[in-house]
Amino acid sequence: MSGASAIGAAVRAGERSARAVTEEALAAVEVGDADVHAFLLTLPDEALAHADAIDASVAQGRDPGPLAGVPVALKDNLCTRGIPTTCGSRILEGWRPPYDATVVEKLRSAGAIALGKTNMDEFAMGSSTENSAFGPTRNPHRGDRVPGGSSGGSAASVAAGFTPLGLGSDTGGSIRQPAALCGVVGMKPTYGRVSRYGLVAFASSLDQIGPFAGRVEDAALLFDAIAGPDPRDSTSLPGAGPPTAPSVGRGVEGVRVGLCPDLIDGCARDVAARVYEAAEALAAAGAKVDEVRVPEFAYGLSAYYLIAPAEASSNLARYDGVRYGLRIDADDAAAMNTATRTAGFGAEVKRRIMLGTYALSAGYYDAYYAQAQRVRTMVMQAFERAYASVDVLLGATAPTTAFALGAKVDDPMAMYMNDVCTIPSNLSGHPSVSVPFGVGDDGLPVGVQVLAPALQEALLFQVAGAVEAAAPA
Amino acid sequence: MNSRPEPRPDGGDGPGHLTRDDVVHVARLARLELSDEEVSLFTAQLRTVLDHAADVAALDLAHLEPSSHPIPIENVLRPDEVQPCLDRAEVLAAAPSVEDHRFRVPRIGGEAP
Repeated sequence: MSGASAIGAAVRAGERSARAVTEEALAAVEVGDADVHAFLLTLPDEALAHADAIDASVAQGRDPGPLAGVPVALKDNLCTRGIPTTCGSRILEGWRPPYDATVVEKLRSAGAIALGKTNMDEFAMGSSTENSAFGPTRNPHRGDRVPGGSSGGSAASVAAGFTPLGLGSDTGGSIRQPAALCGVVGMKPTYGRVSRYGLVAFASSLDQIGPFAGRVEDAALLFDAIAGPDPRDSTSLPGAGPPTAPSVGRGVEGVRVGLCPDLIDGCARDVAARVYEAAEALAAAGAKVDEVRVPEFAYGLSAYYLIAPAEASSNLARYDGVRYGLRIDADDAAAMNTATRTAGFGAEVKRRIMLGTYALSAGYYDAYYAQAQRVRTMVMQAFERAYASVDVLLGATAPTTAFALGAKVDDPMAMYMNDVCTIPSNLSGHPSVSVPFGVGDDGLPVGVQVLAPALQEALLFQVAGAVEAAAPA
Repeated sequence: MNSRPEPRPDGGDGPGHLTRDDVVHVARLARLELSDEEVSLFTAQLRTVLDHAADVAALDLAHLEPSSHPIPIENVLRPDEVQPCLDRAEVLAAAPSVEDHRFRVPRIGGEAP
């Protein structure tokens, strides 16, 4: 399937029908998804009805929007009114939200077609999509490998060619890491640039919705469609910001790039080699590349795995069997709560709830939670120092290429290490993107990560576009 | 920088020394029931994570303010306009048990653990 901008242009010009594009995408899922399991649910009736409405507006001379007729895969933690939204969890199985997420409304008004809901690690907790209660997703490049996670279904949908675009959420790397492992572009915006209204909460100070696409330009187009202030999310930032898509293709002449060994050194040799090659390519394209050390990043992982579980333990208290989702009945309310949560949550979610509860409990709050929040300040200040001398930072996205299904599922700490390069941007709230750049020794995709200061999405996509242009074919 | 600092001397059950009893206690606080096998497994796994976090616990960061948010914005208000709220019937339709337009739950009270 061709890219989003090409489809959008053809549909707006009346050269292709949105219905034909949507039928093609549905057929691709029908044929290919038995092997990949990117989707938990497809929405053929809704998607085709929407496609017909788009074709009707084109016929009437109206503009259905920049993403007219472009199929999009939605991570299943984005609320869709009247359509099941599970978060990959038994505890929400069968739940139909009474409202749409803001991003879902924005996609619709941009003309995009919601093709279905994609698989994910339960409540976005994981880096392989193996923590889904509904079975794992497989990497489209090789069926015995994970797609990464937690937004593995959306990444796999784009990598498999089912949809040109996908939406995911990124709390500690859950867009960028699966993008790297699946060989697609995945971007986490500045915290607050995209409304979180209707994104089921995991760790509210870290969660951010962002795009997947086959190419940087299309990721920018999707970001532009979903960004902007929202009165329903009090953490959304005021001001719309300029469109970013026009900056893709501007090149990197004079851009100061900080090659960051602290985002490379812990990675596999083949991954590190691709990052250094990307840096050389940017230098050859006119960027000024210098090494920038940010040793504080080494503490990000520990801080994140205290802060995120702490926030999760509070956010997930709402799953009590009262208002929605699963209920396991018992004689009294407390026993019902316990029976419901015990049956409804998987092991990783229970681990994080307990870890967070512990980190917030009396006697440990200062040693763990407050200390982790101070590390967050330390990481933010470290970024600020780095950006005094460079415009963007460059590093790896994930320490390795896609690993084998089952390889890390029994070793939580080994799984957490996948997020070591992506976490700093979540702690600081800064935007960051993973761009495919060649392959590892096993022939599987490698992702290079570009990081930029807050609100610098246009610059981020500009540099990402140059990385993409220089990537080995 | 990457060497593992010693945990602060907090005594026997301080940070880094998570016990089975701690796991049982937080599971009860979080309304989760664990089998004996799960208590053993989670104790070992959570201990590994907390051991890793010892690097953070050991840092001297008293000079830094904790950050709870990446980009602080304050006093966010929306226009005080009357708008429709969620549809009551649609919300209640998603509940496991409903009576007289209310969420129905089993008996509450006198059962605290």
